[in-house]
This record gives sequence, structure tokens and C-alpha cells, in this order.
Amino acid sequence: MSLIPARRTGRRAARRFTGRDLAVLGVLLGIPVLLDAAIVWGPTLASVMLSFTGWDGVGDIKWVGTQNYENLFTNYPQFWPAARHNLLWLAFLGLVAAPFGLLLAVLIDRGVRFSRFYQSTLYMPVVLSLAVVGFIAQLVFSRDQGALNAVIGDTGSPTDWLGDPDLNIWMVLLAAAWRHTGYVMILYLAGLKAVDPSLKEAAAIDGAGEAQTFFRIVLPTLRPVNVIVGVITVIESLRAFDIVYAVNHGRNGLELLSVLVTDNIIGEASRIGFGSAIAVVMLLVSLGFVVTYLVQEIRGEKNR
Amino acid sequence: MTVRAAPARPTAPPVPTARRRNRAGRIGVHAFLTAVSLAFLAPLLLAVYASLRPYDETSEHGYFSLPRHLSLDYYRQAFTDSGMMKYFVNTMIIAIPGVLVTLFLASFVAFAVARLRMRGGLVLLMLFTAGNLLPQQVIVTPLYVVFNRIPLPYWMSDSMTMFDSYWAVVAVQIGFQIGFCVFVLANFMRTLPQEILEAAVVDGAGVWTQYWRITLPLCRPALAALGTLQFTWMYNDFLWALVFVSDGDKLPITSALNNLRGQFFTDYNLLAAGSVIVALPTIVVFLLLQRHFIAGLTLGAGKG
Repeated sequence: MSLIPARRTGRRAARRFTGRDLAVLGVLLGIPVLLDAAIVWGPTLASVMLSFTGWDGVGDIKWVGTQNYENLFTNYPQFWPAARHNLLWLAFLGLVAAPFGLLLAVLIDRGVRFSRFYQSTLYMPVVLSLAVVGFIAQLVFSRDQGALNAVIGDTGSPTDWLGDPDLNIWMVLLAAAWRHTGYVMILYLAGLKAVDPSLKEAAAIDGAGEAQTFFRIVLPTLRPVNVIVGVITVIESLRAFDIVYAVNHGRNGLELLSVLVTDNIIGEASRIGFGSAIAVVMLLVSLGFVVTYLVQEIRGEKNR
Repeated sequence: MTVRAAPARPTAPPVPTARRRNRAGRIGVHAFLTAVSLAFLAPLLLAVYASLRPYDETSEHGYFSLPRHLSLDYYRQAFTDSGMMKYFVNTMIIAIPGVLVTLFLASFVAFAVARLRMRGGLVLLMLFTAGNLLPQQVIVTPLYVVFNRIPLPYWMSDSMTMFDSYWAVVAVQIGFQIGFCVFVLANFMRTLPQEILEAAVVDGAGVWTQYWRITLPLCRPALAALGTLQFTWMYNDFLWALVFVSDGDKLPITSALNNLRGQFFTDYNLLAAGSVIVALPTIVVFLLLQRHFIAGLTLGAGKG
């Protein structure tokens, strides 16, 4: 990273940094860069390296090649269910919660009365901790005392919404969507406010219906928001952890990749190499999306 | 009959019909938004209601029964027996320095990237932004290992290592959240007029003056927005403390919520009270600073 200013124009060439300026830049850029390297990028690289070793955290670090990955894909029964749950999470947030948030944003953006009230209420769950969401989910879905069973009057043989390994992932997804919808809605609301109203008027004059105007005119201009929503949805689905951990520590039908990593490193087994391999799988998936997003950002940067 | 009926009930001219349909549509929108809002609020209201009622009552009559006995006993219990106050203080020890340092460091990086036009600024921006988008599990393992090996003097950490100390949690919070703040603040600073800075340079202002005296005061809205958002995020965080703190007395309030759940028996009403206590500060912050909160999220997303 060069601290020398780019000398593109004559005017800028005249601007030199004094010694004091360089000291300020060195310290105040140095600290965050070192911190980012030490907390984020260094550990990321270390995770990649550790994933090729068999290390228990105490003894020698043994190089084992791709053995962890082979075990992960063929010999670790929790892996595929967990990966499936993460995919399901992505599909549910992306295909249900996000479009629902968009719908709510469009309805509120039409300028209905009380829109402030609706906006605040729908957004409220977003400020809650995911752990709290997990605990509230237990109040609603618990078998013997939960509100849901009380509402549907199921007292004879109550459904164990969070205990049944075939059902619980859906209940947890509902709780996650409760929070994700409001987030997406706020992003789209801001985007919709920025859409030039004359575009819509022009479309109306040309005889376009409301749906046509929305899908052909408004949605394409929301492209930057769509990208952000996409990135957030992918990241949230990969990071999903708190809710399932609050419900049952991510067991019995609620396995997720993030839980497997945590279990492998802070569990008694302390299989650090193996846990890292799972983390690297998550890294690769997320990097694909992050890079796409950044490429778009850089393009926007150049057009600025 | 038909001839006489016609003048009595003239066919409505086209405009009122459209308006009537419009009004029906608007009522439909209101009905829909109200229903969704109530559904979104219901779990929160349920948690509050459940927390006010004794366990015996709800276990016998279910959560959907009329109250026979309302009290704040569970809140008293949560504060006195379970020490929620202590955990709340722990959270503040982590979140307040976390937010302040993050904003300070991030605003300088953003200033350098957006205002000084340094070579490599874009790369720096991308590294910080991408770092914030990685899944936490990717960095958790190496940090866990390293923190266990960093000795700290007793006055800094009674565990004598960085592991199981606030330092670890605060450092990770800052390192991880800096990326988001750099991204948002750089976008914001680009919208400020460059002329102000050039005038200052002509007057001989150094880098520090340009940053602290000229740029930061103009960033107050963005800093307020980010501060609100970051405080909520750090307050809500669950994973870092779970992994890096082993002493139950040092847990922040979100992670400590797990302690309200017994080993063999869970008093869901107590858990409800705990959830309300944890959720309340963020909801109050949100309701008071809603404008900032939403601005913080959309500042980053509104550009592209």
C-alpha cells in the first residue's frame, strides 16, 4: 500500500505530505490495517492452512493433505444434512422472505396512511438479537406450553414443533424469516424512494399496467438493491448459527455448517484441522458471492 | 321496469368506478399490512405477556388464557437471582469501546480512501469490505488458538491470557465491524464537496486537521447512523463471547440468556422475562433513533 498520493494532475502534484502527515497516516492507517490483517485475513489464511493438517490444538501440527476434506465429504454423517440445511436456509430466505419483504416495501411505498407505523412494526424484529429470536421461537413453538399448540387447540397429542427433527428446521426458518423480511423491506423501501417517478409516469402514459411497470421498469432500476439483498441473504444463510444454538445447540435436525465448526473446535474432541476444513468450505461458497459483489462495486466506482 | 330503473340508478361514470375500486384496493392493502404487522408483533407481545404470569398458571391454562395473576416477579428474579445487571454491564464493557474505536479507525481509513485519493485506496477499501462479509466461522478457529497463547498481565485479564477476556471480544468486534463502517463512510464521504478540503489544504491544513476538523464534523449524520447500528450489532452478538469467553461471569447479556435455561427444567416464563430484558434496550434505541438506524443500513446499500 503506497502512501504516496497519486500525482495525476498538476494541481495535486503540488500537494505533498509533510513528515507529520506521514506519521498520522502511518499510525492511523497502520492500526486498522494491522487489525484487519490480524483479526480477519490472517486467520482466514490460517484456516485454509490448518484445514490440510490433522491438529488437535495441543500436539504437533501434522500435514495430512486433503484427508480432512475426504473425510468430510465421505465419512462425516453430519456434513451433508448440515449443508442441506444451509441450502434450505438460503432458499427459504431468498425465495420466501426476500420477495415478501419486497412486496411489503412496494405496498408501503404506495403512500398508504400509517405507513410509518407499518414500517416500524415490520422492522422491529431486525433489531433483536438472533439469540433472542431463538428464545422467543421456543415460547411460540414449545410442545407443552407453546402458544402455537394453544392456538390450534392441540392438547391430545401435541406436536413438538422444535423437537421433531423433520419439522423443527421449518419452524426455525420461520423465525429467521421473521427477522430477514424486515431487513429486506427497509433496503427496498430506500431503493424505491430513489426511483425517478417520471419513469413510472412515462410507463403509465405508454399504457403499461401496474404489474408491467413494476417488473419491467422499477425492478431493473433497483438492481443495486437487488445485489445487496442477494449478498445479505447468502451471507445470512451461511452465517446462520445463533437461532439454532439458542434452540437446541444445533442438534437433532438443526445441524448447520457453522454449528459443526464450533462443535469441532470448542468441543472436547478439539479437531481443529477438521473444523477448519468445514470453515474453508463455507469460505469458498461465500467468496464466490463476495467477489461477484465486489466486481460490481468496482465497476460502480469507476463510473462515479 | 328496466326503463324506469335506469334513471334511478344511473351507471356510475368511469372515474368514480376506478376510484371505488381503488378504495377497495386500499382497504385491502391496509387489511393485509395490519394483519402482517400484528403477526410480526405477536411473538413479542406473547413474550411480554408470558413474562408477567407465574409458571403454574401458564402450565395449567396455557399461554392463551386470561390472566389471573400478573406480576413482575420474573423480572425481579432475573435481576437478583440470575444477575442480569452484571451481564448488562459486561455488554457495555464490550460494546461502548467497540463502537467508539471502530468508528474512529474506520472513519480515518474511509477518509484516506475517499478524500486523499491515495494509490491503492480501492484495494484497501475492497479488503476491508470483503473482510466483513466472510462467515465468522472462518476466522474463529485460528483466533481461538492464538488468543489461548497470548499472555496478558493479571491487571488486564484475570485469566492471564487473551482468551477468556474482554480484550479478545472487543478486538474481534472491532476488527470484524471495521470493514462495514469503512465501506459506508467512504461512500458517504465521496458525496461531500471536495472544495472544502482543497480550501483547507490551501490554508495549510495537515492531514489530521483535514480529517478531524474538516471532514468528521460533516460526517455527523453518517456517524450517528453507524453508531446506532453498530451498538445494536455488538449488543446482539452471540458467537464471539460464546467462543472466546469461558468464564460465565464475563458473558455479555445475549450469551448469558442461555443460563436462564435450566439443565433439566426450563421455566419458559423466566426465559420470556430474560428475552424481554435483553430485547428492550435495542427496541428502545430503535424507537428513539429509528431514522439513524435505517439510514445506517441504507447508506451502505443505496449506492452501487
